[in-house]
Amino acid sequence: MQFFLEVLIGGLLSGVMYSLVALGFVLIFKASGVFNFAQGAMVLFAALTFVSLEERGLPRWGALLASLAIMLGLALVIERVVLRPLVNQPAISLLMATIGLTFCLEGLAQGVWGSVVKGLDLGIPDVPFDVKGVLVSQFDLFAAAIAGFLVAVLALFFQYTRVGRALRAVADDHQAALSLGIPLQTVWAVVWAAAGAVALVAGLLWGSRLGVQFALSVITLKALPVLILGGFTSIAGAIVGGLLVGASEKLAEVYLGPVLGGGIENWFPYVLALLFLLVRPEGLFGEKHIDRV
Amino acid sequence: MLYREAGQFKTSYRADQRIFPILQDRVVVGALLLVAFVAVPLWGSEYLVSALLIPWLILSLATLGLNILTGYAGQFSLGTAGFMAVGAFAAYGFQLRTPAVPLLLAFVLSGVCAAGVGAVFGLPSLRIKGMYLAVATLASQFFIEWLLTRVGWFTNYSSSGVINAQPMVIAGLAINTPPRRYLLVLAVVATLALAAKNLVRGRAGRAWMAVRDMDVAAEVIGIPMLRTKLSAFAVSSFYCGVAGALWVFAHVGSVDPQAFDLTRSLQVLTMVIIGGLGSVLGSFLGAGFIVLLPLFLPSVLSAVFGTALRPGLLPNIESFIFGALIIFFLIVEPQGLARLWQVTKEKLRLWPFPH
Amino acid sequence: MGHPRQKVGEVLLEVSGVSLSFGGVKALHQVSFQARERELCAIIGPNGAGKSSLLNIVNGVYQPSAGTISFAGVQRKSMSPREAALGGIARTFQNIALFKGMSVLDNIMTGRDAKMHSSLLAQALYWGPAQREEMEHRCHVEKLIDFLQIEHVRKTPVGRLPYGLQKRVELARALAAEPRLLLLDEPMAGMNVEEKQDMCRFILDVNDEFGTTILLIEHDMAVVMDLADRVVVLDYGRKIADGTPEEVRRNPEVIAAYLGVPTEADREAVAEGAG
Repeated sequence: MQFFLEVLIGGLLSGVMYSLVALGFVLIFKASGVFNFAQGAMVLFAALTFVSLEERGLPRWGALLASLAIMLGLALVIERVVLRPLVNQPAISLLMATIGLTFCLEGLAQGVWGSVVKGLDLGIPDVPFDVKGVLVSQFDLFAAAIAGFLVAVLALFFQYTRVGRALRAVADDHQAALSLGIPLQTVWAVVWAAAGAVALVAGLLWGSRLGVQFALSVITLKALPVLILGGFTSIAGAIVGGLLVGASEKLAEVYLGPVLGGGIENWFPYVLALLFLLVRPEGLFGEKHIDRV
Repeated sequence: MLYREAGQFKTSYRADQRIFPILQDRVVVGALLLVAFVAVPLWGSEYLVSALLIPWLILSLATLGLNILTGYAGQFSLGTAGFMAVGAFAAYGFQLRTPAVPLLLAFVLSGVCAAGVGAVFGLPSLRIKGMYLAVATLASQFFIEWLLTRVGWFTNYSSSGVINAQPMVIAGLAINTPPRRYLLVLAVVATLALAAKNLVRGRAGRAWMAVRDMDVAAEVIGIPMLRTKLSAFAVSSFYCGVAGALWVFAHVGSVDPQAFDLTRSLQVLTMVIIGGLGSVLGSFLGAGFIVLLPLFLPSVLSAVFGTALRPGLLPNIESFIFGALIIFFLIVEPQGLARLWQVTKEKLRLWPFPH
Repeated sequence: MGHPRQKVGEVLLEVSGVSLSFGGVKALHQVSFQARERELCAIIGPNGAGKSSLLNIVNGVYQPSAGTISFAGVQRKSMSPREAALGGIARTFQNIALFKGMSVLDNIMTGRDAKMHSSLLAQALYWGPAQREEMEHRCHVEKLIDFLQIEHVRKTPVGRLPYGLQKRVELARALAAEPRLLLLDEPMAGMNVEEKQDMCRFILDVNDEFGTTILLIEHDMAVVMDLADRVVVLDYGRKIADGTPEEVRRNPEVIAAYLGVPTEADREAVAEGAG
């Protein structure tokens, strides 16, 4: 039982890390209907930028602010160069564009900063401590706290600011929002910037756990089943979905892994998500879509 | 003036429904086939045949497969490489365990295996659409990769997970030289391309496109959703499976499951987009573009930057340019190379009178 | 138009006690009516009266929450759109539902899909039976193309056609299935006078020549009074009248609910809404 709890809590906490990446996807999908395949590449780009700036002698806070500025700038450039010319294109074109963007960002990040694996130490020890006999990772707790804080900030931002209201309007109906004079481009730039910031946070947390390397771009693929579970348009869904995926993946690895031969955590979340889809195609918190004739 | 259809009257619906209704097109296609089947094997250099034509043809086949699914039936998939892997490992298995089965039949059977797996993983398409489906197809990608790596039976318990293709023999003739391998690939690809053209211009193609364009209306007309979607997945996967089998048997010789990873899926998807969604010709153009790009890029880059290029930088610049090209294509010509070709042809038909 | 009419036959479609609600909103309440063989029956009513919902129930797009549909003697509570199609019900849509990426010819050919049987393999080979089948159905479709006078656009992608022609292609696609019952959802909405006249002529011809039973939703009262053998009037999801155009025109409830309101303003609103 204690072992089960340990695995469960470990899974839930690492699920928070998936939630962070999924959050970036959700922000962009909600506002623009774009499935941003490049979210992973953005995570890599952000982490690599931060580490390299620090290596070149910038103090930690300086590097953080500079990376944030670079991510925001990048978001603006992406909106202007890639998205704006593709307004009103079918979903697959937009998906393809973000796949192209993935290759661009990966090439750019590693071309500029080099492709050597870099360590990243945030100063939070990744050691477990004891809570009533259950071992909990301090790092995981820290990551969970950061993620929770980020979600709260975003939720407040979208609930109470003018841009936030505009975003919700755009998410509801592009055409209607446009006809009300809501500047679509501004909203898109804002969400891409927000997604860039989220990518930076995710990059720092993931980077300090795995090292800053190319794999960061790939590992985020695991955030995709989170999206299926949680629904593409729900921030709450991204969080709950992340927890579900994290927990079930760890439990499956521990309890089913020995039976099936290990390494199942690569696909288990997807199969879980698929089974879930058969019951509820719109995800946990997604909006039900009714076809009208 | 040469490319004009005036004076060519169609007197039957059969003539009207030919693949190439215009005489000049038929002449050109005939000439191309003659070059491909006769001139290339006789005079083509080994580099041309082995490094360019064979991979191009095989990837065209996979692209065609994905295009049937995505371009014609409107179902997204990021799992193409998984189905290629099924075909490759199935062909290996048939050759290994049932040596009596002739090679070509083994290829067909491996395609059938891939089709079966594809149909199973196509089941979610009945409930979900668009991006949700795209993500769901990743399940097939990762699951198949894992299964082939973990279950030793598929690789005949090879410790490294690598399979080595058996020597190819058709009716006593060893297919062991580049021109012979090329001819085999060409024959298979040409046959399947013709079959694909037949499918998409007939009833199956109409049903697929109807589901793509408006699934509710398709259902009201009486087009069966289950059969149409699953047949698209099955046919598409069949093509990918045969492509996978050819890839290992006629091109690389030995592979492990990681040769068919997500990157390969994305590559094929890129070929579909650049070539043009919903076009058989476009599948070949798109694959050609992506196969040629990495061959020309290094020399172009070194010409531009001279020798100052830091080693190790090249793959990153390649990746960047590759991505930028995808975006460029999507913005400038979202319907791909096939559309460019069509526009050229229409201009040519009017030439020399522009209006 | 004073068209000579064939006598109507047996009851083909019987809708009895059908109700439908969307999350608390009652779209239809206890609606019953019949349509007989070879009859041209119009459904009218103000916007939001539940006309389209009724059609959607008849061909299985929506399932009624109460009541039954019996078609050609077979009674059922619910069926899938495909079952309805195979049973001989075809329809057109209020907002054109053509397959935008396909040519006119291919669009109409999809209407024949349910009547084609060659296997996938035979189609891939395009040989013998598959080719023969394709040609047979092409011949049938060409007759329809001829009938609806759209020969000149048969190879054009439907997305490029003007609105009026698209409506005609949609009718052709529905007719391609050789339906016993044809449901037309505002076939003349948004058309100019000439296009309307053409469409009226086609509808009457279909009714006369093919003997197809037609259930028609239309806002233009002049058209309805001219075309229909019988008119069903809906208001707020209830049937308030049912009879010959003459009877309906004199029905006080209809006048109050539908015609009685300031007619000019109402018509303009309707015309705007449809355009």
